[in-house]
Amino acid sequence: MAEITYLEAIREALFEEMERDPNVFMLGEDIGAFGGAFKVTEGLLAKFGESRVIDTPISEIGIVGAAAGAAHMGMRPVVEMQFIDFIANAYDMLTNYVATARYRAFLPTPMVVRGPSGGYVRGGPFHSQNPEAGFIHTPGLKVVYPSTAADAKGLMKAAIRDDDCVLFFEHKYLYRRIKGEMPAGDVVVPIGTARVAREGTDLSIITYAATVYKALEAAEQLEKEDGLSVEVVDLRSLAPLDDEAIVATVKKTNRVLIVHEDTRTGGIAGELTARISERCFEWLDAPVLRVTAHDVPLPYAPSLEDFVLPQTPDIVLAARRLAAY
Amino acid sequence: MARSTTQGGGRGTRTSAAAPPAVAAATDVALSRAQRLELYYWMRLTRSLEERLVNLYRQTKVVGGLFRSLGQEADAVGSAYALRQGDILSPLIRNLGSMLVKGATPVEILKQYMAKGDSPTRGRELNIHFGDTERGFIGQISPLGDMVPVMAGVTLSFRMRGEDRVGLVYVGDGATSTGAFHEGINFAAVQRCPLVVIIENNGYAYSTPTVKQSLVKQFADKAIGYGIPGETADGNDVIATYEATKRAVDRARRGEGTSIVELMTFRRKGHAEHDNQSYVPPGQIERWAAENDPLDRYVARLGQEGVAAEELAAIDARIQREIDEATDIAEQSGVPEPLDALVGVYADPPSEEPLWFREGKRAVVEKSERPSSWGTFDAPAKGAD
Repeated sequence: MAEITYLEAIREALFEEMERDPNVFMLGEDIGAFGGAFKVTEGLLAKFGESRVIDTPISEIGIVGAAAGAAHMGMRPVVEMQFIDFIANAYDMLTNYVATARYRAFLPTPMVVRGPSGGYVRGGPFHSQNPEAGFIHTPGLKVVYPSTAADAKGLMKAAIRDDDCVLFFEHKYLYRRIKGEMPAGDVVVPIGTARVAREGTDLSIITYAATVYKALEAAEQLEKEDGLSVEVVDLRSLAPLDDEAIVATVKKTNRVLIVHEDTRTGGIAGELTARISERCFEWLDAPVLRVTAHDVPLPYAPSLEDFVLPQTPDIVLAARRLAAY
Repeated sequence: MARSTTQGGGRGTRTSAAAPPAVAAATDVALSRAQRLELYYWMRLTRSLEERLVNLYRQTKVVGGLFRSLGQEADAVGSAYALRQGDILSPLIRNLGSMLVKGATPVEILKQYMAKGDSPTRGRELNIHFGDTERGFIGQISPLGDMVPVMAGVTLSFRMRGEDRVGLVYVGDGATSTGAFHEGINFAAVQRCPLVVIIENNGYAYSTPTVKQSLVKQFADKAIGYGIPGETADGNDVIATYEATKRAVDRARRGEGTSIVELMTFRRKGHAEHDNQSYVPPGQIERWAAENDPLDRYVARLGQEGVAAEELAAIDARIQREIDEATDIAEQSGVPEPLDALVGVYADPPSEEPLWFREGKRAVVEKSERPSSWGTFDAPAKGAD
């Protein structure tokens, strides 16, 4: 079977889900005639028509709110944020309205908010963000952030079929750089399950999204140069977290490095560290370490962006320190 | 696109010193005598139920704040009455009357305010923040304006499915300043959603007068900015309110999209019971109460139309009986079971685990396997046994 890109995998999932379920429809800015800023929704308008592929005003509050209302009535809207940075505009709608709807009013709100996320693309402060942590903190939302093409497709299917709101972060650096073979048939990747991206025994790197590849590069280098066997765990889902997989890898290697592209303070690495400390303190042979972005807005110039974001040599350095502890 | 302003326009509370409007002349509408009496029933039920809630509040049986709609019963009841079964509205804090028209019951309202375990939200939400899509109302949330985009989506689904249904959403004068109001109404307008946006202009948003909220002469004027029809009506005249809303509802049902209806009224109570309204110019509340009470006006009108005082008294007595019965039922209900707090954040998983430090509750940490040397947790746990 031919390989397709991470971006094409997402598009395939959208096509297949729209074909499967007439309640699925798309809302977003420039997603129809133009096919989206990154062309994720290209071809959907021609196939499904204006009533199911809706070009909206520039209104993140309006779009997310409308999606919620339609979802209450049994529709399954998929909302595109042109860049995920703009999800901040809809923060109230997502956290106050959508996230609480089932709990306070027994209103199902099956909807997906998806969008291009992340840096390493010279996008500057408003086209590079990783705003997942603020939503992980909100009970009532689910958050996924795949790194492979197959997971992107399988998780998108799961997100659309989920009976609650799922925030689907797509890493724009991976859109066309990552390819993969799609499994045959209608394969859904369950939300809340991590994936072991590389087996190892000496230390574990827990990460997700674009830094999965940096961790894999680092693991390769550490094996060659240091003879270290590094396990890489790709979380895939950030809410809910796969506690079982996290505990399993800690018990296996006893040393943990957490890597994420998001900024450091209040990032998900802090939550993971707390869970590991509460559950498997006795299995740890070293303190849990973090490699993250620096706590600054993401700058534009390559020399600045490269300095702020975690890079493969940072991971190698941290892993060596962890192994030597 | 057509735009109309109507009778009642320009009256009411644009400036805080405005005099109340005089009693409007009766106009003909296609409402039967029985329907007119029904309107009276809902308005009187709203007022009497709130009076009962005041008593319960003073007895500290209402857990949180109490929000009154005194003087606004006509705008709530008249507008909701313009909808059919199958239509959906989203009320605001002063739309108890709208919810009653749509089938909410006094016992539900009382249980909500008293935070009972079998209240419509099982003690999760306050006051009249609850809904039922079957009966046709969707509960509001506290951030104002948010229900406009939500109702845009509800009505978008009606349009997409070709359903003969209309939506109606209430906002106050204050909520028109929010981004959600603007984005929601603009989205609904562009998508030709069958939605009626009711702007209840009651003079104040908490303590802030309309003049500090917006410089528009009438909030219905905002319709021009969205390319939709806008109309202002006398919100203390239940028939005028019904008529204006009905025109907008009919347009929506005919596929003509979204409309704004501004209803002029006056909030005669504070934002909630704790609010002494020190910010309202002296005499204004009393003047509205004496000269422009929506129930007094409607009773006078019904009298002119030949409804006997005894007939209304019989309705009043029935309402008192219903409220007494509802109060007895509501007071008997118990408080929510604490563990119910963990149920239903998501469809899957159906509930959350209690945290380990809750005595007697099995928790994630206790269940997880650990070596016997794991002393920091074991010591206090043994001590607690």
